[in-house]
Amino acid sequence: MAHAIEVKDLHVSYYGKQVLKNVSFTMETGRLIGIVGPNGAGKSTLMKAVLGLIPRDKGTVSIGGKSIAEIRKHIAYVPQRATIDWDFPITVLDTVLLGTYPSLGLFKRPKKKHREWAYQCLEKVGMETFAKRQIGELSGGQQQRVFLARALAQQADIFFLDEPFVGIDVTSEALIISILKELRDNGKTALVVHHDLTKVKDYFNDLIIVNGEIVGAGDVNQVMVPDMMKKAFKTQFALWDSMEVASS
Amino acid sequence: MSAFIHDIQTYEFLQKALFTSIIVGIICGVLGSFIILRGMSLMGDAISHAVLPGVALSYMVGINYFYGAVTFGLLTAFGIGFITQNSRVKNDTSIGIVFSAFFAVGIILIGKANTSTDLTSILFGNVLSVRDSDMWMTLGVGAVVLLVIILFYKELLVSTFDPTLAASFGLPNKIIHYLLMILLTLVTVASLQTVGIILVVAMLITPAATAYLLTNRLSIMITISAILGALSATIGLYISFVYNWPSGAAIVLVTTAFFIVAFLFSPRNGIVWRSLKTRKHKTALQ
Repeated sequence: MAHAIEVKDLHVSYYGKQVLKNVSFTMETGRLIGIVGPNGAGKSTLMKAVLGLIPRDKGTVSIGGKSIAEIRKHIAYVPQRATIDWDFPITVLDTVLLGTYPSLGLFKRPKKKHREWAYQCLEKVGMETFAKRQIGELSGGQQQRVFLARALAQQADIFFLDEPFVGIDVTSEALIISILKELRDNGKTALVVHHDLTKVKDYFNDLIIVNGEIVGAGDVNQVMVPDMMKKAFKTQFALWDSMEVASS
Repeated sequence: MSAFIHDIQTYEFLQKALFTSIIVGIICGVLGSFIILRGMSLMGDAISHAVLPGVALSYMVGINYFYGAVTFGLLTAFGIGFITQNSRVKNDTSIGIVFSAFFAVGIILIGKANTSTDLTSILFGNVLSVRDSDMWMTLGVGAVVLLVIILFYKELLVSTFDPTLAASFGLPNKIIHYLLMILLTLVTVASLQTVGIILVVAMLITPAATAYLLTNRLSIMITISAILGALSATIGLYISFVYNWPSGAAIVLVTTAFFIVAFLFSPRNGIVWRSLKTRKHKTALQ
């Protein structure tokens, strides 16, 4: 567990309202990790707090014994699509090129080799023919693939994706998950905020169930059990029961 | 036209006016691109108005109005940020509250300042009275603003397009915001004599908005915006000279004319092409 992701006693609030409390877990790297929980459970908040994008009231986060600030260059984050201005004057290729910025440092401009690398990342997600399009001209799934390409361009070791499968087509979803699995097979780690419980076991090795606090964290087969799910999805457990019936 | 060129060659005040206007057009165009993409057009309007008490106090104390204006511009930016973050009042409302308060104070102070410079020339500018010191100040401010934007172009681009991504890169979004506020204040001060307090916002946002309709790349948008700013300043000054119109108003109307043309005929976004396409599509379906 030399390269574990360790979260200890994390507390987060918005304007005095507690969103997350007593959050502690240890996850191994080199795994595909899902983060699930009901609406408003604090899934995105957990991801942002771990990344240090929002202030924590208490708690520590370390990856491989180092703080997030120390290893920021090895982390790629794909925010929710809804937060972006789709009319922004930027092409698909230039969006991917942003992924090379952290490695460039201050005052340096991306060179031809960076553009070529960005193009290769676009090819990986099958979006190279759209390279010169404006970002808003793409469909939801295509946009998400472009953002994955940008994360790939960062050449990170740990990928954080916030709700990447919301409002996208089946083909894009399959392509994104296959790329994440390929990354995992190459020793990378991906944490994915996810809401569709049906595919959790196919997609992830490990699972973190959140509902204001940690309901369960660990191997997906040990965590994804009716008890835990009922505890997390109190209001939705009728739905869960029916899903269990359908899958058995 | 040839008379205008002849006069430029003859009269030094006209040379200075033209040179200063062109610089103002360029820096407003460049900075304005970031301002409109970040949804801060109203902030531009606010800061330009709120520098008035600073100008008045500078006259009273007997220092260059540059210092007072910059101080009050920054006070405004921080004041607006403070109110927005510490109350439920929304950003546009706190902008309105803060800048009108400063502007009101400014109007009173200008009356007390007992200066030969009257309110009208500060509010509406008078480019034909540009002195050497003003011209050099504008040039200096322009150089600083352009340099900062060139040096931090990458960081400005990321934090404008996707602040969350910028934060995950470890970029300080807040510092970048206040850096832009400082630049905005500097540009406002540099533009005072050319277009005046009231119309600075037009120089900031109209050429940038015109360029926004014409391209899908930020670097090209900034270039077009700067060119349009400079071109509008030149044409506006010419019109102002020939027809004896106030220079600021003339320059602003030229930027508006460019905007209308782009609004109607922009290859991608122009409403003329759009409605033609829609009509064609509809007839094809019938």
